[in-house]
Amino acid sequence: MSEAKTPSKLEKILRAGHLGVTSECGPPRGTDPDAIKKKAELIKDHVDAINITDNQTSMTRLCSLASCIHLKLMGLEPILQMVTRDRNRIALQSDILGAASFDIHNMLCLTGDHQSFGDCKQGQNVHDLDSMQLIQTVRHMRDEGKFLGGDDIKRPPNMFVGAAANPFADPFEIRVPRLAKKIAAGVEFIQTQCIYNLEKFEEWMRLARERGLTEKVFILAGLTPMKSAGMAKYMKNRVPGMDVPDELVKRLAGVPKEKQAQEGIDICVESIQRLKEMEGVKGFHIMAIEWEEKVPEIVERTGLHPRPKN
Amino acid sequence: MIVADKKPIEEIIEEVKDHDKILILGCNECVTVCEAGGKKEVGVLASALRIYFLNQGKEMKIDERTLERQCDQEYLDEIRDVADDYDAILSLACGVGVQFTAEQYFSRPVYPGVNTCFLGATEERGLWTERCQACGQCVLASTGGICPISRCAKRILNGPCGGSSNGKCEISKELTCAWHLIVERLKSLDRLDDYEKLFPIKDWSTDRAGGPRKVVREDVQL
Amino acid sequence: MRLKYPSSVKIVRVPCTGKIDILHIMRAFEKGADGVYAVGCMEGDCHFDSGNFRARKRVEQAQKILHTIGLSGERVQMYNLSSSEGPLFAQIAREMTEKIRKLGPNPIKLAVKKAA
Repeated sequence: MSEAKTPSKLEKILRAGHLGVTSECGPPRGTDPDAIKKKAELIKDHVDAINITDNQTSMTRLCSLASCIHLKLMGLEPILQMVTRDRNRIALQSDILGAASFDIHNMLCLTGDHQSFGDCKQGQNVHDLDSMQLIQTVRHMRDEGKFLGGDDIKRPPNMFVGAAANPFADPFEIRVPRLAKKIAAGVEFIQTQCIYNLEKFEEWMRLARERGLTEKVFILAGLTPMKSAGMAKYMKNRVPGMDVPDELVKRLAGVPKEKQAQEGIDICVESIQRLKEMEGVKGFHIMAIEWEEKVPEIVERTGLHPRPKN
Repeated sequence: MIVADKKPIEEIIEEVKDHDKILILGCNECVTVCEAGGKKEVGVLASALRIYFLNQGKEMKIDERTLERQCDQEYLDEIRDVADDYDAILSLACGVGVQFTAEQYFSRPVYPGVNTCFLGATEERGLWTERCQACGQCVLASTGGICPISRCAKRILNGPCGGSSNGKCEISKELTCAWHLIVERLKSLDRLDDYEKLFPIKDWSTDRAGGPRKVVREDVQL
Repeated sequence: MRLKYPSSVKIVRVPCTGKIDILHIMRAFEKGADGVYAVGCMEGDCHFDSGNFRARKRVEQAQKILHTIGLSGERVQMYNLSSSEGPLFAQIAREMTEKIRKLGPNPIKLAVKKAA
């Protein structure tokens, strides 16, 4: 793909043809910046960029933007996650400008979990825009240098624009059309939902390749190592939009409890090895939830270390 | 229709307890169909309140009346000559009826006897579900006749979101994902290609966001 | 059969218990009835398919309302029996009368007397 359009380190690495590696950190439910800095320290030498979640599962947390600024001040590369649940188009555009003023160059456009999952079940949700329209908004601000209202932006934001994709959600027949739609909206990189069902993911990639979509967007395969068979069962039954095959639950349940975590890491490593061979996969997004210390091991064992220097 | 649900009797008692003469005013339209504020509900509530206050040793005159509509002046005028007999009106109409009654009978307190819920349909006896949020700019032509604004928990115009699973919404396994329905409908209409059309950023100024709305139709004005 | 049942029970005949409305029950209490019970056909044997189920729902609703306004919901009951069960009918009448006697008279009768 052509040369980089933004100063994003992640974009440069991907356009240079390297497999990209990203990970994510959830901000704390409090004001201590060390919570986020410590997590970042654990992974910083093993990833190209770090997502900061935006009040994930609708639990009120330290904001994504402030957390991204902390990372930026550490000299790291943040990916600002933004959900359309909590902010209207004024606030979204304003936060994009705020992020850009700190030279935050990556953004992930999301709809966000419904507020009923979180600690403010009685709150309003906004959804003035949806995730596709947020992609359009940030591209419009960057490429046209204009606000949605039409006025010029002085020093427009310069963001590498990402979004999520869930190859496993229903109905399957619109999964690839939905990716096409996000690309049409202007998305440049995709981080997928956690992949456990590799056959289904392979099928999704094949359909995406047939339509030439893998040439138009960088797809980073999403992975979350399982800590236990219990977690696998929970993900399978409770987390919306997850596809966890029975064999995987069985494999984890088949080893003694104290070895299940290591088995989970092994499964994750094997998955990455297999995904590396899949045409169209341009990198990995490793979401080790409250298990950031395991990211280096996964990256090293899959031959993705050391990371390119831009 | 406008779907409403009954308010708990305890709440209604709190509303009216300091009055001596009240009129319970029902409405023959939507709230009758959804069995929340029609003639029958007026009767049951009146009976219950009479028994309650009598039991409390309080003499309260509680009368019953049900109008054709409370959202039309000509019907509200029907109680013009009796309104002075009461020191409060308890309206079992939707929020529109309650307010319109209050506007017409300005010097009298008017209390709501129902909670107005949404614009919906009767799926079966005792089950009403939402279909419209009156956004003022109908999108149904491009969504296969299924409204994502009223039926998607995130009113997503380019759905479904990542939370939909087995055709159900992430907020409840009881709730069918609106975008699942849209996709199914587009398929049956042989219009699945339309799914890939990006729905542009919506102008919400015709929605609640634009402030209280009005429709002016000079062609029908006298 | 000439079975005996308490004379305080006033029978209101309806073509089917499905005809009974909460309003009828409420009005009966308003007029001073101490208790109301509906006697319908056996469940599943309704001539009109679901009349006795409707009646049960309405009885339950009336119980709730009465409870809310400070009368015992126990004062309203629903019974099901078949047309050949005369003795059971008499037994239910006795049972209900006994139950109501324990609960005492409808308090609004006293309230009305006081007010007068």
